Amino acid sequence: MERTSPAAAAMLMYRRDLLLAFRHWDQVAQPVVFFAMVTTLFPLALSPELGELRQLAGGVLWVAALLAALLGLEFLFRADHADGTLEQMLLSGQPLALLAVAKGAAHWTVCGLPLVLVSPLFAISLGVPTGALCTVMLSLALGTGILSALGAIGAALTLGLRRGSMLLSLLVLPLAMPALIFGARAIDMAIEGEAARGPLLLLAAMLVLVLTLAPLAVGSALRISAE
Amino acid sequence: MNWTWLHKFASPPHAYRLAGRLAPWFGWPAFLLIVAGLYGGLVLAPADYQQGDGFRILYVHAPSAWMSMFIYATMSVAAAIGLIWRIKLAHAVAAASAPVGAWFTFVALTTGAVWGKPMWGTWWVWDARLTSELILLFLYVGLIALRASIDDRDRADRASAVLAIVGVVNLPIIHYSVYWWNTLHQGATITKLGKPSITGEMLWPLLTMIVAFTLYYGGVLMLRLRAEILRRERDASWLQKELAA
Amino acid sequence: MNLAEFLAMGKYGAYVWPCIALTCAVLIWNVVAARRLHAEARRQALRRLETGRGPS
Repeated sequence: MERTSPAAAAMLMYRRDLLLAFRHWDQVAQPVVFFAMVTTLFPLALSPELGELRQLAGGVLWVAALLAALLGLEFLFRADHADGTLEQMLLSGQPLALLAVAKGAAHWTVCGLPLVLVSPLFAISLGVPTGALCTVMLSLALGTGILSALGAIGAALTLGLRRGSMLLSLLVLPLAMPALIFGARAIDMAIEGEAARGPLLLLAAMLVLVLTLAPLAVGSALRISAE
Repeated sequence: MNWTWLHKFASPPHAYRLAGRLAPWFGWPAFLLIVAGLYGGLVLAPADYQQGDGFRILYVHAPSAWMSMFIYATMSVAAAIGLIWRIKLAHAVAAASAPVGAWFTFVALTTGAVWGKPMWGTWWVWDARLTSELILLFLYVGLIALRASIDDRDRADRASAVLAIVGVVNLPIIHYSVYWWNTLHQGATITKLGKPSITGEMLWPLLTMIVAFTLYYGGVLMLRLRAEILRRERDASWLQKELAA
Repeated sequence: MNLAEFLAMGKYGAYVWPCIALTCAVLIWNVVAARRLHAEARRQALRRLETGRGPS
């Protein structure tokens, strides 16, 4: 019998997760709707003046994205854990870290990427000038990637626990704060017309670091949680 | 090289007894040094030229902040050892250390905030170090919460260990990014939390307090470790002998 | 310097002394709590030994 190569297994995992996610459109749409609602909360709470909103836009967009991403994380491994797929993954002999990358990538495609794509709309609603929209998308793209990776660690650790979702947020939020700082700053700089290269590069560096290390942590955590 | 001495140490009955014997050797020196440090800091040290007698909060704030980070590092190392070499005692050390570290972080935060009030007029400033301490408190709370929500002790140990390691890797990144974030907005309050320019007379009580707190942690760790070992121990025979005594 | 001046801490007394008090309270509490935990663990271990089962 032929052995599937790790790369092929990862690809299979990725496609399977995408397929499963798109069978439930509503679940895919939820983070986006949440993001929309949260960004609407701030003008209602603060002021309809675009001039004032513009000053907070970077932070608001990022916090909304952070919370929306957290929403979707709980389900990253839950279904697989419930129906036994996770055990099959553990027994398959494929490198668990790689499968974790595949699942994380699928999660980002389903949760993070839609957020990035709709973000310009909400950025405009917060008074962000058109010139800054590219930075908004780039900053959120890198940021949601970091969040998917960090969140996967949290999701793996809290798998199957009662009140797991609250605990998950508690664990992931402090780790996400550096990304929040640089990501929001990048947007603010772009709003002021400066090139946001510094913070964006730092975000990219964080993403690379997290992508390198998180899969190991996720694999380890999955083994710990599922056994 | 003969490693049996190490394995002997890691055996629960041995560790239990050793911890019991060591505890007073940490505790009493810690107590004496705290008394000496407080006397030196509150009575002997001259008032700071800028902050007057208010700076004396430094003598409890700085050692607490130091301990909050030292304990996190120690805990993470212990957790890593437990995870990699599967030594239960190391997990016990990590479990015993977390609450102590959290308390020190709380003290550092509160004393830092109270110090800020007479200096800058508000009960809280988003100073880089205070903000970093706050995030560290969140990390501690998350760790303690994770361990508490997992019933299976083995899973709790290993999951907390992974989280501790992830946290310790993140810690420098968090420090750096908070520091950077703080420097963005000039014209706000002075960022360093009132570090007075330190003379010798001001320095020795501070160092004394830092050493004292470290010894204190050692002592409390020994005590908590004994409780952890008792809770975890499966083999009843040594327990019977030990507890009957 | 007399006691009144010492306690006043040059008008910062209301800030310095609560900090010292808090720190001492936390230090004492941690020792007390550690002792209590040990006593409780001891009690439970003895109870388990009596009923013949090993610790959980």
